[in-house]
Amino acid sequence: MNDASLPIDSPPRGDHPRDTSALWRRRQVKNALAKTFATGATLFGLFWLAWILWTTLVNGLPALKWTLFTQMTPPPGSDGGLLNAFAGSFIMSGIAILIGTPIGVAAGTYLSEYARHSRLGAMIRFVNDILLSAPSIVIGLFIYELLVRPMGHFSAIAGAIALSFIVLPVVVRTTDEMLQLVPTTMREAALALGVPQWKVVRQVLYRAALSGILTGVLLALARISGETAPLLFTALNNQYWTLHLSEPMANVPVVIFQYAMSPYKFWHSLAWAGAFVVTMLVLLLGLISRSLFLGKRKES
Amino acid sequence: MSYSPALPLEGPSPVEGRERRDQRNDRWFRLGVMSCALFVLLALLGAALSMLWGAREAFGTFGWHFIWSSDWDPVQRKFGALVPIYGTLVTAAIAMIMAVPVSFGIAIFLTEIAPSWLRGSVSAAVELLAGIPSIIYGMWGLFVFVPFMASYVSPWLDEHVGPLPIIGKLFQGPPIGLGMLSAGIVLGIMVIPFIASVMREVFLTVPVQLKESAYAVGNTTWEVVWDVVLPYTRSAVVGGIFLGLGRALGETMAVTFVLGNAHLLSASLLEPGNSIAATIANEFTEADSSIYLSSLIALGFLLFVVTFIVLAIARLMLNRLARREGAST
Repeated sequence: MNDASLPIDSPPRGDHPRDTSALWRRRQVKNALAKTFATGATLFGLFWLAWILWTTLVNGLPALKWTLFTQMTPPPGSDGGLLNAFAGSFIMSGIAILIGTPIGVAAGTYLSEYARHSRLGAMIRFVNDILLSAPSIVIGLFIYELLVRPMGHFSAIAGAIALSFIVLPVVVRTTDEMLQLVPTTMREAALALGVPQWKVVRQVLYRAALSGILTGVLLALARISGETAPLLFTALNNQYWTLHLSEPMANVPVVIFQYAMSPYKFWHSLAWAGAFVVTMLVLLLGLISRSLFLGKRKES
Repeated sequence: MSYSPALPLEGPSPVEGRERRDQRNDRWFRLGVMSCALFVLLALLGAALSMLWGAREAFGTFGWHFIWSSDWDPVQRKFGALVPIYGTLVTAAIAMIMAVPVSFGIAIFLTEIAPSWLRGSVSAAVELLAGIPSIIYGMWGLFVFVPFMASYVSPWLDEHVGPLPIIGKLFQGPPIGLGMLSAGIVLGIMVIPFIASVMREVFLTVPVQLKESAYAVGNTTWEVVWDVVLPYTRSAVVGGIFLGLGRALGETMAVTFVLGNAHLLSASLLEPGNSIAATIANEFTEADSSIYLSSLIALGFLLFVVTFIVLAIARLMLNRLARREGAST
């Protein structure tokens, strides 16, 4: 541990009288204990990560068959796959991104370009941050009251809109941050040439911050691809294939939830397969957005 | 050009026309992005109001009694939120007792102890842990962790800690694994990465000069952390903890799997219980009367109010450090 690259941690040892005093020793012991605790805490945290990933891997891989992607969710006792659930998740996440991204980018633009230091901007940022960490179940109930109850039945479009409310704050936050990273000189250069502000934003700032904004969208996608609670009250589930947005639609998280809670072994293994696919997708999206973001950081 | 009678008679020169067009577009663009930003405000307000609207029947029927009553009887149509509120608070408390010290340790490790080649990969791993969907935690909890608790931890606690005075009551119970303690631990694992990454970030904002000066006069790593880093970042650290608390209070899927869904008010942490979010998730599609549904939405409204307050405190505390950062640079 005590190589030269570490910060100067302990006073140079030697025959200085203080080195052997009780106080010095007590401080050293305390320090060693604290360091051990911190290292142990990190190992403790990583231990759970490893355990959870291992479980998902061990249970998910054997259940991963080709029929998973070609067959519908089965009734109890018969074979099947998760095709309709994958399709449903794909459709609803896609619509959620399509709704949430433009609104989020626009709102982030307002915060960064028009309200960077204003009171209204601070308030919107504050509310957005709360939305960002608000329990997703609350979003589900909100959309239930807003759409499902007036429509009289669960529907895929309600599920997509519920998810878009989870996409929104993520995109707002990253767009705001990424646009603020763009150097002011760039704006000034464009404005000095007489370019109107909306063109500056669209043709200069968005281009400069593109990878950052994309990171936000990917993060949002990672978040909604495993999101269960809001779909439970909006899209619910559907055992059959459907592409109608006004009908209940199957989706991976709710299928995982229902199958895992069921008493059937085969449903359990399907749930694990779904969990494995979702986890891998989320980790992949996380890695991609991380590398995009790091690239962005290095540039600026 | 019929839209504007105020135009000069000879018509605008091309340049003027473009200027006016640009101005108009600028105005529209500004208006557009501003309305999207206001939509964010509206979303939060809409969520609160729509849930209050959905809960009006429950609040109207039971009044304040709704919060204090432990009844939950769909047949008699009597509902009270005490059991779920209790379960939510207890599981969140267990989660925080576990997560706060561990996150603090991880943050210290990542900012002061780990060699620099290790920092990137470990903090990436911690952030991955934060990205795993809660339903995966729930499944892992149900199929792996609950059996583990049932066969090893619960019997041991019941036998060795159960007979103790005062705290013994918390740890007496059947070895079924499902229950408050398991749910609290799973929640704790879930919020560790959130709190740890916030703490790590705020620890990194401490000016290097401050830390180096402390090291230079002979402080140990622990003394630098405790007497320099922590006082400098105190409000933001509290903010990070509240952020984690907000997560723990509102987390649904992980808890639903391991809590046992039982409307019991029990002192024992080994007994199954219920939380606000788990009750809603479990019973929403089964609600067969409007007062039942309304009671569930009322639970959601209570959850919303509580997490709003907690998250608002978290933000205010975090912003305090951010403002000082802004002022000093």
